[in-house]
Amino acid sequence: MATLETVDWDALIGDPRFQSLHRQKNLFLWGLMALSVVYYFLLPIGAAYFQDLYKIRVWGVVNVGLLFALSEFVVAWTIALVYSRKANRDFDALAAEIAADFSARTGVKS
Amino acid sequence: MSVIIRKPAAAALLACTFLAAPSAFAQAGVSEEYRWLTFTVFAVVIAITMFVTYLAAKRVHSASDFYTAGSTVSGLQNGWAIAGDYLSAASFLGIAGLISLYGYDGFMYSVGWLVAYITVLLLIAEPCRNIGRYTLADILAYRNDPKKTRVVGALSVITVSTFYLTAQMVGGGVLVKTLIGINYETSVICVGVLMLGYVIFGGMVATTWVQIIKAVLLVVASLVIVALVWAPYGFSLPGFLKDVVADPKVQARVATLLGDPAKSMSAAELGQRFLEPGLYFKAPIDQISLGMALVFGTAGLPHILMRFFTVPTAKQARKSVIWAMAIIGGFYVLTLFLGFGAARFVGSANIAAVDAGGNLAGPLLAQYIGGGPNSFFGNFMLAFVSAVAFATIVAVVSGLVLAAASAMAHDLYVGVVRQGKETTPQGQVKAARVATVIVGAMAIGIGIAAKGQNVAVLVGLAFAVAASANFPCVLLTLYWKRCNTGGIVAGMLIGTIAAVGLTLVSPNLTYPLAVKAAAHKVLDAEPAKRAAVTEAMGSADEAVAAKAKKDLAALDKAVDKANADIKKWDDDRTSFMGLEKPLIELKNPGIISIPLGFLAVIFGSLLFRDKRAEGMWNEVYARQNTGLLVSKATAH
Repeated sequence: MATLETVDWDALIGDPRFQSLHRQKNLFLWGLMALSVVYYFLLPIGAAYFQDLYKIRVWGVVNVGLLFALSEFVVAWTIALVYSRKANRDFDALAAEIAADFSARTGVKS
Repeated sequence: MSVIIRKPAAAALLACTFLAAPSAFAQAGVSEEYRWLTFTVFAVVIAITMFVTYLAAKRVHSASDFYTAGSTVSGLQNGWAIAGDYLSAASFLGIAGLISLYGYDGFMYSVGWLVAYITVLLLIAEPCRNIGRYTLADILAYRNDPKKTRVVGALSVITVSTFYLTAQMVGGGVLVKTLIGINYETSVICVGVLMLGYVIFGGMVATTWVQIIKAVLLVVASLVIVALVWAPYGFSLPGFLKDVVADPKVQARVATLLGDPAKSMSAAELGQRFLEPGLYFKAPIDQISLGMALVFGTAGLPHILMRFFTVPTAKQARKSVIWAMAIIGGFYVLTLFLGFGAARFVGSANIAAVDAGGNLAGPLLAQYIGGGPNSFFGNFMLAFVSAVAFATIVAVVSGLVLAAASAMAHDLYVGVVRQGKETTPQGQVKAARVATVIVGAMAIGIGIAAKGQNVAVLVGLAFAVAASANFPCVLLTLYWKRCNTGGIVAGMLIGTIAAVGLTLVSPNLTYPLAVKAAAHKVLDAEPAKRAAVTEAMGSADEAVAAKAKKDLAALDKAVDKANADIKKWDDDRTSFMGLEKPLIELKNPGIISIPLGFLAVIFGSLLFRDKRAEGMWNEVYARQNTGLLVSKATAH
């Protein structure tokens, strides 16, 4: 069985499927990350500079600011679920396939 | 560790709960008459957690069992445990308190604490599970000089844990003292002894289960309270809030907060203002800086990172963050009702009278909902919520001590001093237990010494260091090929120094000149105020006279405080740092120190290029994405 030192990781990285996983993940993860950071910082920025907008009442006494704050929860949960669905469906399968192939070839176990 | 030693230890822990009873004194949230009830509820909650520890102790045989529960925790269990770790005294009592005192701004705080988990979910949890073993420094040491990175990593972990730990100890001590009247030192010692019991005997297995039990109790208690508060309004959000803003207590609170501008506002406008931003946060930049520390700091908190080593796979790590986000987010939505409900039913004046920071809003609301201070059920609810608060503090402290002890034993002792030579399982577990005792004793000592310290400053420091030092180092070593030893050492040092340094010169510290100036202002205004109040007391209108009497008492209190302040700071001109006034206006250093931390890692790495670290990039990147060798113990 191969030891950690002798594993040919370069070969794994060079696998086109790994490159595809890497590209898909990068785009998806950093995209969602950017979305979440931008959406989050809109809240304190808006609370500081657009108070008049936040004060507009839309549902009884409930105002725009309160709904926006509540929407942060919905957006955070949605991002988490979107990522987890994508990872469970696509990323995990691809990673498992690459790892299984690699194990079969080199004897490195997960 | 034999059973014979274990039993007396358990007995000692139990004794600690009851011994505390005689030393109780008045001025507590619970009246004398119902104190037995409080202690019974406390004892039951503690007994349950100790029974779990007893069961867990049988399962701790190796270092892996002790630090990470043998990586056998499921995603769902870990999700609850993360929620337990995160819903610390500061966040669960603090947020409800902030909402009850400042309305909208308090709720905005909780949003940052939830969004933080997106960073953890997307960038940190899974790669850490795939390449780490027990500690944050495992990840840093993977492709870098193990000695240097373990030392800086461990020091940073110990720094962050100590700040957070001290905050929990101080907050917990004050809380328990206020709620059930045990004196401060006794309650700090009790928290410390109980925590040591859980951690030494049960390691991560017990710590995890204590977190889970406590999180479940907390969520159930909150659901019950919110259901009782909300039901009369037919579970309508506008209906509930309409009643909140129409309440004279809420309107009076807003008038106090706004001062002069409030005079031109109608009662309805004042009430509505409670749902609008700007009552707590005054400087926009502070709010954004705090947001940065919260959102990026969580991903660098060692006791949270450590939780991802307790699950077997990246998939389970992902599942645990999803569960944690559901539980934590759901709980923070409940704080909206806890906070506004407390403002409406208990009243901010009553909340602030018991604790100026508003930390007891939740427990006091529980008492009100149960039927008030003179009813059995009201006191049962108060006792239950208080017991959960106490369990919270003990559990969070356990997680923190475990993180600090693992840095000390696994990174510094086994990794650096013995350079991995001492690898027998017994030797490692022994080192871990010894480190736990050292950290635990330190925690108790620091907790007692730090009496009266500002909890918010300590928590802010912990998040600032985690966001400015730990987060850039972990993120870049995982995602940037050129990151190396030079970058990690520079990032850890500069990030920590920037965060701590900026906080020490910030307005968060006490500046005697400013305190004395404020006190003199109160004293200067006293004669005129006293004359006005005295005149009003003679008024024929009973309401006016009654109000004047209250005002007089408040004035006396303010004058006493001003005199005490002047006396206390008599010889001092400067803050702890020797400054007469703050050097910067920023309350949270995040907006400066986080970019500095990132720049330090980048420049440090570029300056000290390291072919080995770059050569190992493919290994790190392949493993973090595929989970290959996840179960392999890697001795670096």
